[in-house]
Amino acid sequence: MTRKPKLAVHKFSSCDGCQLALLNLGEPLLLLPELVDIVHFAEAGPLDPDAQVDVSLVEGSISTPHDVDRIKQVRENSGYLISIGACATVGGLQALANFTDRDAWMGQIYSNPEHIDALQSSSAIADHVKVDLEIPGCPVNSGQVLKALRDLLSGIVPRSESQSLCMDCKRCGVVCTLVTKGEPCMGPVTIAGCGSLCTSLGRACYSCYGPTPLVNDQPLTARFSQLGMDEAAATRRFHFITSHAPAFKSAGERLKAEEE
Amino acid sequence: MPARDNRRPAYISRSSLQTLLDRLVSAGYACLGPTAKDGAIQYQPINNLNQLPRGLRNDQEPGHYRLRQADDERLFAWNHGPQVLKPLCFAPQEVVWQERQTESGMSVKQSMPATKPTAVIGVRACDLAALKIQDQHFMRKDSTDPHYQARRDQLLLIGVDCAESAQTCFCASTGDGPALDGGFDIGLAELADGFLIWTASARGTPWIEELDQQPATDDQLAEMLQATENAAAGQSRHLPNEKKLTQLYQRLGHSRWLDLSKRCLSCGNCTSVCPTCFCYSYEHHTAITGDSAEVVRSWDSCFSATHSEMGSFQVRSGIDQRYRQWATHKLAGWQEQFGRSGCVGCGRCISWCPVGIDLTEEVQVILNEGSRDV
Ligand code: SF4
Ligand code: SF4
Repeated sequence: MTRKPKLAVHKFSSCDGCQLALLNLGEPLLLLPELVDIVHFAEAGPLDPDAQVDVSLVEGSISTPHDVDRIKQVRENSGYLISIGACATVGGLQALANFTDRDAWMGQIYSNPEHIDALQSSSAIADHVKVDLEIPGCPVNSGQVLKALRDLLSGIVPRSESQSLCMDCKRCGVVCTLVTKGEPCMGPVTIAGCGSLCTSLGRACYSCYGPTPLVNDQPLTARFSQLGMDEAAATRRFHFITSHAPAFKSAGERLKAEEE
Repeated sequence: MPARDNRRPAYISRSSLQTLLDRLVSAGYACLGPTAKDGAIQYQPINNLNQLPRGLRNDQEPGHYRLRQADDERLFAWNHGPQVLKPLCFAPQEVVWQERQTESGMSVKQSMPATKPTAVIGVRACDLAALKIQDQHFMRKDSTDPHYQARRDQLLLIGVDCAESAQTCFCASTGDGPALDGGFDIGLAELADGFLIWTASARGTPWIEELDQQPATDDQLAEMLQATENAAAGQSRHLPNEKKLTQLYQRLGHSRWLDLSKRCLSCGNCTSVCPTCFCYSYEHHTAITGDSAEVVRSWDSCFSATHSEMGSFQVRSGIDQRYRQWATHKLAGWQEQFGRSGCVGCGRCISWCPVGIDLTEEVQVILNEGSRDV
């Protein structure tokens, strides 16, 4: 390799948690600059948002007209574009507002809502430009991001995780909260990657990581209902952090229709 | 079903079991015993009988597992938790070798697990039958898995008869329980007051020789036999015999598979808790510097999206195909591979399926029979 590949980390509508997760990597983060030139990473220091780069990591969703223009520019400037985290991959928690009357809400919350220039919806990066790889999570699993970067450096096409959280729980010896406590756990339809964070503490999964590639929501919601959960509460399980992942969006909409 | 091994048990009091434990601990054994943890029976390091689930029972139904306290001193009156022997030999996730780029090329180093002699207390007949199948798979004469064998060789297995069955158990129909029948070192049968104990291997013998034993009385022997008979009689589920199971191959187009695809989540809990399932996948964990890597082997499942991938083509993309693959391979295909069906009737896949799919029911519908074996 004659020159180091250039890397940018871009932020859109988000809480910065995914960038923080990258900063939390520890030693590998210190080794990264030996392999790539980090030209733009606001949370860490380097600033050059308009740089041409080989790889861009994109955090956050598209929620303003300015975002729409900016992501197009980022796409043009990037050889390979990876969206990271729930906001970038499915619109994030803020996409919950897509289900509401935004203007009415803004009127109630802000005294001068006319100063706010926001779109009617919060949407995923892939709804606007071509995305080469999506790495889910709220926040993202920085190890998975690093793995994708390593794969690219080695000339390997990176892949996303596809197994259910249940597989991870079973490998870690985490006892199933759904089976032993009747908790409405989203694990069976949620992609692994969080390291069984909630379930290992005895809590049901809220699906920060979003859906597996093959979601069979109907039997799971039927089970939730057997366990005493009403449709409104079950809807909130699907319409939460990753509400605009297509499989979860439709599951929640089905539940809402059943409720009515 | 009566005890089938050639056991010659002696009586020991409940507290004598502590003596056995003490001897194992002082000889340097790691003793793994059943404990109640996070709402389930889980095997953990123990050194005192007080850590065992005294008086606990398990209520197991499709998609349902609860521990319940009963008013007695029994230590083994439950049946099982999600795991016992499988993760001890076939690790859920382990580094199998390490690669490093050196000046002269690439060096590959096998990483062997650190093991120590380990006694597992309270192993059931179904677990032992499953271990035998795993041994067949991982310790083939022509190619033995060194990681599996290193762990397996360290095990001292203390079995116990099941005196009660869970609602999901059907080992009597597969011929794998509820009485111990080989594959263990020391056998126990729990009585209302104490245990009958016997050795089943040369390895087990020295450990019980100096215990305070008394000859078993006829009443005690009768109590032991009656207990496993009761446990077998208490089982309401069953699996058809092995010959019948091979007919699954004639039912590949049965509409029930499609029906299953509407109920199954493809989550892989069933294969993970199954004590005989042995699928795994390898992954490179490459250091960010790119000059070294760990090759990690992890439990996989035929319900995973990548399990049937060839290049970028998924052979079994539908849940119907995945469930059918699991059931036909386990119940029919294994008969050609291992000389027996891969199901030992433990019922774990039923209890730990989040949506409570019952393998025995599915198989009976698919083989189109009534509620009893034909
Ligand atoms: S049978 Fe149950 S445990 Fe197995 S993959 Fe389907 S839903 Fe999951
Ligand atoms: S298939 Fe189910 S009942 Fe049979 S051995 Fe596996 S987990 Fe136990």
